[in-house]
Amino acid sequence: MLAHIGRRLAGLLLVLFLVAALVFFLTRLAPGDPAALMLGDQATPEDVARLREAYGLDKPLLLQFVLWLKECATGNLGQSIFLQQPVTQALLQRAEPTFFLAMFSLAIAAAIGIPAGIASAVWRGRPIDQAVSGLAMLAANIPSFWLGLIFIQLFAVRFGWFPVAGYGAPDASFFERLQHLFLPSAVLGVVNSALITRFTRASMLDVLDADFVRTARAKGISELRVVLRHAFGNALVPIITVLGLTLALLIGGAIVTETVFGLPGVGNLVVSAVLRRDYPVIQGALLAVAAIYALINLAIDVIYTLVDPRVRQ
Amino acid sequence: MSSVVTSAPTLLFLRRLFRRKLVLLAAVILVIAFALALLAPWLSPFDPASMRMARRLRPPGEVNWFGTDELGRDVFSRVIWGARASLGIGLAVVVISISIGAALGLVAGYFKRADAVIMRLVDALMSLPDILLAIFLVAVLGASAGNVVLALAIVYTPRVVRVIRASTLVVRELPFVEAARALGVSIWRILFVHVLLNVASPLLVQATFIFAYAVLAEAGLSFLGAGVPPETPTWGTMIASGQQYAEDAFWVVGFPGVAIVLVALSLQIVGDGLRDMLDPKLRKAL
Amino acid sequence: MTAPLLAIEDLAVSFRTEEGEVTPVRGVSLQISENETVAVVGESGSGKSVTSFATMGLLPRPAGRVSQGRILFRRRSGDTIDLATAPRATMQALRGAEIAMIFQEPMTSLNPVLTVGEQIAEAVRLHLGYDRRKAWAHAVEMLGLVEIPDAARRASDYPHHMSGGMRQRVMIALALSCRPALLIADEPTTALDVTIQAQVLTLLDRLRRELGMGVLFITHNLGVVAEIADRVTVMYAGEVVESAPVRDLFNAPRHPYTRALLECMPSRAIQDASGRRVVRSIPGQVSRVERGCAFAPRCADATPACSVEAPMLESDAGRQTRCLRWRELA
Repeated sequence: MLAHIGRRLAGLLLVLFLVAALVFFLTRLAPGDPAALMLGDQATPEDVARLREAYGLDKPLLLQFVLWLKECATGNLGQSIFLQQPVTQALLQRAEPTFFLAMFSLAIAAAIGIPAGIASAVWRGRPIDQAVSGLAMLAANIPSFWLGLIFIQLFAVRFGWFPVAGYGAPDASFFERLQHLFLPSAVLGVVNSALITRFTRASMLDVLDADFVRTARAKGISELRVVLRHAFGNALVPIITVLGLTLALLIGGAIVTETVFGLPGVGNLVVSAVLRRDYPVIQGALLAVAAIYALINLAIDVIYTLVDPRVRQ
Repeated sequence: MSSVVTSAPTLLFLRRLFRRKLVLLAAVILVIAFALALLAPWLSPFDPASMRMARRLRPPGEVNWFGTDELGRDVFSRVIWGARASLGIGLAVVVISISIGAALGLVAGYFKRADAVIMRLVDALMSLPDILLAIFLVAVLGASAGNVVLALAIVYTPRVVRVIRASTLVVRELPFVEAARALGVSIWRILFVHVLLNVASPLLVQATFIFAYAVLAEAGLSFLGAGVPPETPTWGTMIASGQQYAEDAFWVVGFPGVAIVLVALSLQIVGDGLRDMLDPKLRKAL
Repeated sequence: MTAPLLAIEDLAVSFRTEEGEVTPVRGVSLQISENETVAVVGESGSGKSVTSFATMGLLPRPAGRVSQGRILFRRRSGDTIDLATAPRATMQALRGAEIAMIFQEPMTSLNPVLTVGEQIAEAVRLHLGYDRRKAWAHAVEMLGLVEIPDAARRASDYPHHMSGGMRQRVMIALALSCRPALLIADEPTTALDVTIQAQVLTLLDRLRRELGMGVLFITHNLGVVAEIADRVTVMYAGEVVESAPVRDLFNAPRHPYTRALLECMPSRAIQDASGRRVVRSIPGQVSRVERGCAFAPRCADATPACSVEAPMLESDAGRQTRCLRWRELA
């Protein structure tokens, strides 16, 4: 078990290293000298040269990479060009809205997807199954930003139930934050419920045909208990996988959704960094997201073994 | 005594017909969308770029079927021209990612040594959210339609590699491949003739899905301002520039949005339909 | 003579399929009394499992249904009810409590994510109304009854910790935990090694005597039948072709199909020219016939009349036979 986690961790580090290399070297391929970018149009060549030296940009590329990697390993992702603050700090400052957005969206997606998937499997081939499958497919193919615009128009502008955008004043209460988070979470939750629905349906279908479900029925327990305890209990492992997968997808989805709703999260930070070519922020954010991605996958792996007694020992 | 009662299983028959019909309908929608895109120069009633401030934000009506946008441009004409850009980008992404992905997947599935290298790279690329990797690549490459294609192709190639590699691993052990090898057929011929033909159906299904993803992703990128430059009408740029006016003139963002949903949904339905037809085993998982 | 525990009368089961309605079981009648084991024998596809699922009320919904006949069951209360038309709630209350079933595949018939003790205790709590602790104690007791060593500890094991024979014992413990009056055993030993098979059969026979159950034993193995059954019902292509006390059936089979089955048994295998024992099989395969006797296409004794006229199930001296020619062949 521990050896298994160890192996996974090693693989994880390798992937992270590759991502770091990819991000670093691709960034350096980009048109435009970071130093010139930093100083703006008015800078003299001497100024640029001085800055290049100060940031180590005159050193060989490979050396720069190694130095950057060393800094990253200590948690220092560099200095933002535009924000006047370290990248790590900028990311941490914006982590809260993104974290809550991801968690609430996951909860909403699961609350929609799991019951819908179960119902779809239990009444397979009936109208409810058709309706669920159709809606899931529709949800998966609506651009989240467009659904966001619709939700804003409908629930914020028309009905006034929720704030249109933003995250409230800096000292806002948690309840106010919740209000701000509700619409973006609903958008992300709805869009991402499709995958959970399909997965739940498929794994429930597998299990509902299993011999032990027949045994459970032969015991005379109620159909509800057969479905929820015996069938769902066994479909849980693949469903947990898809929840993890969805959480990872939500991080990507947050980038777009945060922009639509003006939430000051990591996604928003990344988008503005891209638009301003703030490369240290882009690099740092990508690395951080890749690390979180990998950790989610590792966590799924560990939870697996906790849920499934066949793997536990 | 006959045991089979030939009563018409009406319900099931209707259900099947409905399934087929849905796929058919989706295919028809796609054909129409492609036709509109191809024939945009002749079909669009107005120049998509011509601004007429006197006719700003007109609701849908007889002259402007889909209304006009914030600069008085005809939304219908722009949706058609947008189809040209959006579908063109999607198709280009599919062609590039499928051909590169298939080649890499075949090699990875066939040669153990290449496998390790290719799959680590695939893992690395897949350890970032699609949209994040795409905006990063566009940022590095520069915002243009060509670079959006390149970026999205890089994002979706790893998926193809995974699918093709998995199929190749299975196919390479099949008797006819071994027989071909024993007969001295060259490895490349085995790969591209024998193996590729056998992984053609998962490839085709992947292609429709990637097309759908690419259409959605292009719109997302353009919406974020990290995609196609705003002056080019694509469905994404139209929504991006129209979003401030959504409150009073929802048609400006509504029609391009519906276009995206229709095309992506149709691609998805056709892809599912293809998978059902090509691989009945997967039908249950649909 | 009191009414039998279970009386299946002229049962037909139909399934709705994509090709139309099929009736894999028709005209099946059989009876089981307390403390009696009735074996149902036939090849796969002969309808023996479908019959047992119909009895349990476990036909797949909504495709399958009892399209004809009755399944009369005498409840513990003394009332007799028709299981084919009983409401769902009644069937649910009966299942596991008064009628229990064990299945062919011990490896997959237990829930892999629950301990075996939990799985037995669940039924006990439901049907006997025991609390958690008492139900668990009862589960341990049942595991002891089916001769699982160190039952108190094994109750906390998951199915994957156990061998196939062990799991089938657990299945038996589970089935018998609420002392059912009728046990349906659907090929319970088919998936097991021969030695384990014998142990499980001996165990089942012992428990049947101790609990006074009626047992409906479904198998395709005549060796098992000889060992365990009081009466035998032979099914072919969804119909009962012969039914007789076990001794009569083995000593003087009346239906050509029964005779063919008996000739295929290893213990009766004939010797070939070189003196080796060979196992024969009946040539051909089960096929649906439009008219006449279903077995006629494979029957060595078939006459042209057999392909025209469908034989009825004839009763004679406590046995039943569905063959036009049984009297002349006997």
